[in-house]
Amino acid sequence: MQIKSKFIRFCIDVLVLTALFILVQYFITTGLLDQYYQINLASMCINIILAVSLNLINGFTGQLSLGHAGFMAVGAYASVVMTQMLGQPFIVGLIVACLAAALGGFIIGVPTLRLRGDYLAIATLALGEIIRVTLQNIDYVNGPAGILGITKMTTWPWLFGATVFTVLVVVNLINSSYGRAIISVREDEVASELMGINTTKYKVMAFVIGAMLAGLAGAMYAHFFYIIKPDTFNFMKSFDILVMVVLGGLGSTTGAIIAALFITALTAVLQSFPAIRMILYALILIIVMIYRPQGLMGNKELSRQIFGRIWGGRK
Amino acid sequence: MKKNSRKKIAVLIIMAFMLAIVAGCGGEAKDTGDKAGDKAEMINVGINVELSGGVASYGTNAKDGALLAIEQINASGGVLGMQLNPVVKDCKSTADEAMSISAALVGENIVAQIGPLTSGDVAGSTPIMMDNKIPLIAPAATASNVTVDDKTGKTNEYIFRVCFIDPFQGTLMAQFAADNLKAKNAVIYADTSTDYGKGLAEYFKKTFGEKGGTIVGEEGYVKDDRDFRATLTKIKGMNPDFIYVPGYYQEVAPLIKQARELGITVPIGGGDGWDSPDMVSVAGNEALNNTYFTNHYSSQDTDPNIVKFVEAYKAKYNKEPDAFAALGYDAIQLMVQGLKDAQAADPVKLAAALAKIKDFEGITGKMSIDEKHNPVKAGVIIEFKDGAQVMNTRIQP
Repeated sequence: MQIKSKFIRFCIDVLVLTALFILVQYFITTGLLDQYYQINLASMCINIILAVSLNLINGFTGQLSLGHAGFMAVGAYASVVMTQMLGQPFIVGLIVACLAAALGGFIIGVPTLRLRGDYLAIATLALGEIIRVTLQNIDYVNGPAGILGITKMTTWPWLFGATVFTVLVVVNLINSSYGRAIISVREDEVASELMGINTTKYKVMAFVIGAMLAGLAGAMYAHFFYIIKPDTFNFMKSFDILVMVVLGGLGSTTGAIIAALFITALTAVLQSFPAIRMILYALILIIVMIYRPQGLMGNKELSRQIFGRIWGGRK
Repeated sequence: MKKNSRKKIAVLIIMAFMLAIVAGCGGEAKDTGDKAGDKAEMINVGINVELSGGVASYGTNAKDGALLAIEQINASGGVLGMQLNPVVKDCKSTADEAMSISAALVGENIVAQIGPLTSGDVAGSTPIMMDNKIPLIAPAATASNVTVDDKTGKTNEYIFRVCFIDPFQGTLMAQFAADNLKAKNAVIYADTSTDYGKGLAEYFKKTFGEKGGTIVGEEGYVKDDRDFRATLTKIKGMNPDFIYVPGYYQEVAPLIKQARELGITVPIGGGDGWDSPDMVSVAGNEALNNTYFTNHYSSQDTDPNIVKFVEAYKAKYNKEPDAFAALGYDAIQLMVQGLKDAQAADPVKLAAALAKIKDFEGITGKMSIDEKHNPVKAGVIIEFKDGAQVMNTRIQP
């Protein structure tokens, strides 16, 4: 009975996702979604990948990382070097981006994850800056001027695939025994260590996976927005991602997704008020945080059970 | 039960929020569509500039200059019998936002886009403008690959600019040093950590050589250097009669101060990276005497057109117009010239007309658009006199 209903749920999930994909693809090919909406759609997908992956580090593992834009930069540059300079296909660029960012996450994670709380935040912030300044000084990628004229390869199927991949990886990881170990580290590091959990191993694992997905987002970004330069990936970008995670609720994947959609849409809507745009943006964030200090979703997930509880009234 | 109903409300509020945003998005696009329909005799001009973020001050001044130009043109009867309608949007100093804004502006039926200011943000806008065949006039994007595709070497058909590209300032200063200062032996002491410094130095060297001068020494420093005494002592030994220091004011100001302390009295020249109040406060009035730099324009120019512009700008905004304001103003004027030449408010015809503009009289000098969509134009030499920036001369290449 349980297995059967699980299978049915899986089928429904696949159907819903396929329908969503085909619907948007149909809108794009028929021109119903013009260029402007396509750009915002791409921003939404990229922001979802970034927010969900940072949420794995900040929300589920409880390690405050402020260097996410740095991994995004590694992914963006690695993929662009592959596709533009070495003439490889996009998929190779994506894989190399993921590997490079994961490697970067590993190299940075091993020494810094021994630190906790504020110390880790400062260390990751600094390391994000190191990545940016290093890129500024590499002549092969044009230093501070960045790489211009990147061929657009990020299309809706790629964006959709990458977003679904990211959410699947994070959700399945969290629901596995590894995920429970990761959450136990967040809840109480000392207690979980006493229970025999290798906390450093799980912290590094979450960090590497988060970095890898950020690299994927960076590759998507680079091949959509025509230009990348080191300054794009400064610490303000890291904070933008952090804002999405906190707004959505630390430790809620659906929260991160909702917040990424919300922030991207908010930015787009406020374009019509150029003079007071950033004031309104900040004001809305403050209001949301006053009324929902735990974030839009807290650490809850938006799932079928919740829908059922609300609309059907059943437990 | 109580907990449940509270949750219900929370979810409802969130959903309502999301719906409102989605609806807002859709409604907005519809509004603008109607607007464009209602005002058929309006020409929409997109102004996509940095009003927030890292270079907000550039964007704000350029926008002010552009709006002043539009106001003046509308007051004198508009273009082709139509009024110009500016649509101002903020690109937050990021390339991705510049792209999104450009796409939004395309939806407003603009005839051309003015801005963004920095080369990187213009690059973000470029694919949208090229796809939709709408000209983009960049007021201050100085990187050479903004108007030319690096890979194919072809000129981007719909991308124009009204500023000279960076390296050109090296040519101007070499002309000035050789012709006006009668320099024969020059030393280059460039910021080698930026393309800006390297580009200016290269063009200075080339032109100075063509003018019969000799480069007796080439030295370099990098960003954030603070002590230049060792190299300056070496330069002093070379006995130059001119020193060229292309770089930014953060390093140039202490450099000049130290040079004068070491007894180097020869003229020193540089580029628009010197243009900052910090030059005077760090180097001091005395040390800055006999130093010159190239710039797009000077608000002290006595040319009647410039005087008129400066007065109008001051009257409207109560501040001194800087180079960005003048370039923003010129971008609109150049577009208007293009519209007049094309005799139609049509983006494709406008682009063709812009590419052919010759001897256009702008605030920042007389310019002709060359085959790479760069303006061939004059620059000004500004001299420091007892701590004040004084316009020395205007140089036509």
